[in-house]
Amino acid sequence: MVKLETVKKPWTPERKKDLLVDMIIYFILTIIALTCILPFIHVFSKSISTESYVIANKVFLLPKGPTLSAYKKIFSDHSILRSMYVSIVVTVTFTLLGMIITICAAYPLSRKNLRGRGILSFIFLFTMYFSGGIIPEYLLMNQLHLLDTWWVLILPLAFSAYNLLIMKTTFENSISDSLIESARIDGASHFRILGSIVIPLSKPILATISLFYAVGRWNAYQDALFYIKKNTDLRPLQLKLYYLVVAASESFQLENVSVTMTNPEVLKASCVMFATIPIICIYPFIQKYFVQGTMIGAVKE
Amino acid sequence: MKDAGGVFGGISQASPFVKRKKYLGSNLKWLKRDWQLYVLLLIPLFFVILFKYGAMYGLVISFKDYKIVKGIMGSEWVGLEIFRKVFSNRNFPQALRNTLLLNILDLVVSFPMPIILALLLNEIKNKYFKKVTQTLLYLPHFLSWIIIGAIAYQLFSLNNGIVNEFIANMGGERIPFLQEDTRWLISYIVIGVWQTMGWGTILYLAAITAVNPELYEAATVDGAGRWKQCIHVTLPCIKPTIITLLIMNLGKVMGGSFERVHSLMNVATTEYTTTIPVLVYKWGIQDIKYSESAALGLFQSVIGLILVLVADRVAKRLGENGLL
Repeated sequence: MVKLETVKKPWTPERKKDLLVDMIIYFILTIIALTCILPFIHVFSKSISTESYVIANKVFLLPKGPTLSAYKKIFSDHSILRSMYVSIVVTVTFTLLGMIITICAAYPLSRKNLRGRGILSFIFLFTMYFSGGIIPEYLLMNQLHLLDTWWVLILPLAFSAYNLLIMKTTFENSISDSLIESARIDGASHFRILGSIVIPLSKPILATISLFYAVGRWNAYQDALFYIKKNTDLRPLQLKLYYLVVAASESFQLENVSVTMTNPEVLKASCVMFATIPIICIYPFIQKYFVQGTMIGAVKE
Repeated sequence: MKDAGGVFGGISQASPFVKRKKYLGSNLKWLKRDWQLYVLLLIPLFFVILFKYGAMYGLVISFKDYKIVKGIMGSEWVGLEIFRKVFSNRNFPQALRNTLLLNILDLVVSFPMPIILALLLNEIKNKYFKKVTQTLLYLPHFLSWIIIGAIAYQLFSLNNGIVNEFIANMGGERIPFLQEDTRWLISYIVIGVWQTMGWGTILYLAAITAVNPELYEAATVDGAGRWKQCIHVTLPCIKPTIITLLIMNLGKVMGGSFERVHSLMNVATTEYTTTIPVLVYKWGIQDIKYSESAALGLFQSVIGLILVLVADRVAKRLGENGLL
């Protein structure tokens, strides 16, 4: 009895008002947060519903007559699987190359007594504010005979000034000059210092930047839209999705399916989910790295 | 918060004159000491010079009558003839208007949302609720414009979109959210708000955590409630962040994502979808008018660069004053 009395605070008008304000804030935030997830739940439910319910617009948030037939169709469609394969290969290669390039630029530029550091930094970072633009880039790819090849999706974007800036700033702030200087005095080469001091000490930022490269590459489709024209085998997933769902110019070339498609709504929904699910699955784990990277970028930007 | 222009600031800070003189005197000692660093730099330099500056070189076709068979070097110089053609093209004023219109509307509507959300999130005491909410709010930032465009069409299409189905069930009339010009414009802006609002809170939340807790204590002693604390303590403390981000965003009004417009546009709505990047794409890749297209792109890049530089100057001025 005594204990209860001490715990319970009196319901003063201020406290009531406070509770009301809290409830309103929780309510507003819940609504806004729901708008971010409900569209995906809706499309997901559509993708695993029976076709007739979807055509009759009966599917809202819960699937009706759950079936995986649309996904079975996707997994038997060679061209969609192929685009997933292209996306994975390109993203992995691109991220590795991007990291090599960025580390090779960030470490030297983070050494404060490097001669020509100012002009070199300018050469790299100027590209953040000015670029040749769509057509000169296209003509360059044409001239280098890169159009319709794997490399056109990997090489041109592999250097990112923004990522370099973040990595360089982190190297400058997190690795002390005295540590590197003393390693130099002990006779360690810069290659050695980079390999056995800088990289091991910077794992979080390396993870962040590789995720920036990987997610950026995975999501971009503009370059593929311009550069991959004839060789349809090289369409990455996002571009494939564009042709299938947004432009709707491409019909599903279903190999093992005899069903005639009157309304591809379910198949469209499942294609969208097929491209979305990989990101949604890894997203909770990579989110914190993105937050950190964005903050570093903002401080220096 | 430091502001943009680290690039240009970097030059003046980098190697003070005194140091440079000393190194020159020491007979290439710097090269002996740091040659490995220059070797490392060769790899990124190769990529930047080939792919970034190589493309910039291609901009000379804006001043030439470019013919593929003649190549960039062989094509004839025509001075500003191409620019005159571009500026007198009937699509140009429309594209310029649309670029500014979409970006300014986007800025006006999208900018305040993250501030409001950050202030609301700051009031949440339950850390699990806060964490889950943030995770959901950040989600749209991680998805490609193609996925967002596809989902938008799934939700808002006239005959089988869930939103219109809902409206029809309630007895209302179906609304062509994405099929009619003005409505498309509104949808475009709303989708932009939805995509950026959560991610935009990050910098504000960071600024809010940096607010000195003593200020809140003092405000409580003075009898300020939560609303007053928010208006008179939190907002003034994050004002420098707000101003810097606002100016940085103003510097981007000539930019704009090709992908965002391209993934949301359709044949029914051409009035507002022809922005400069879309026109560049149309002229260049579809109509093979390379010179005009490159000149239009150059026009946009130069104005964009000037705006960014001006914005940076202004932010630096104000930022210094605002912080002090």
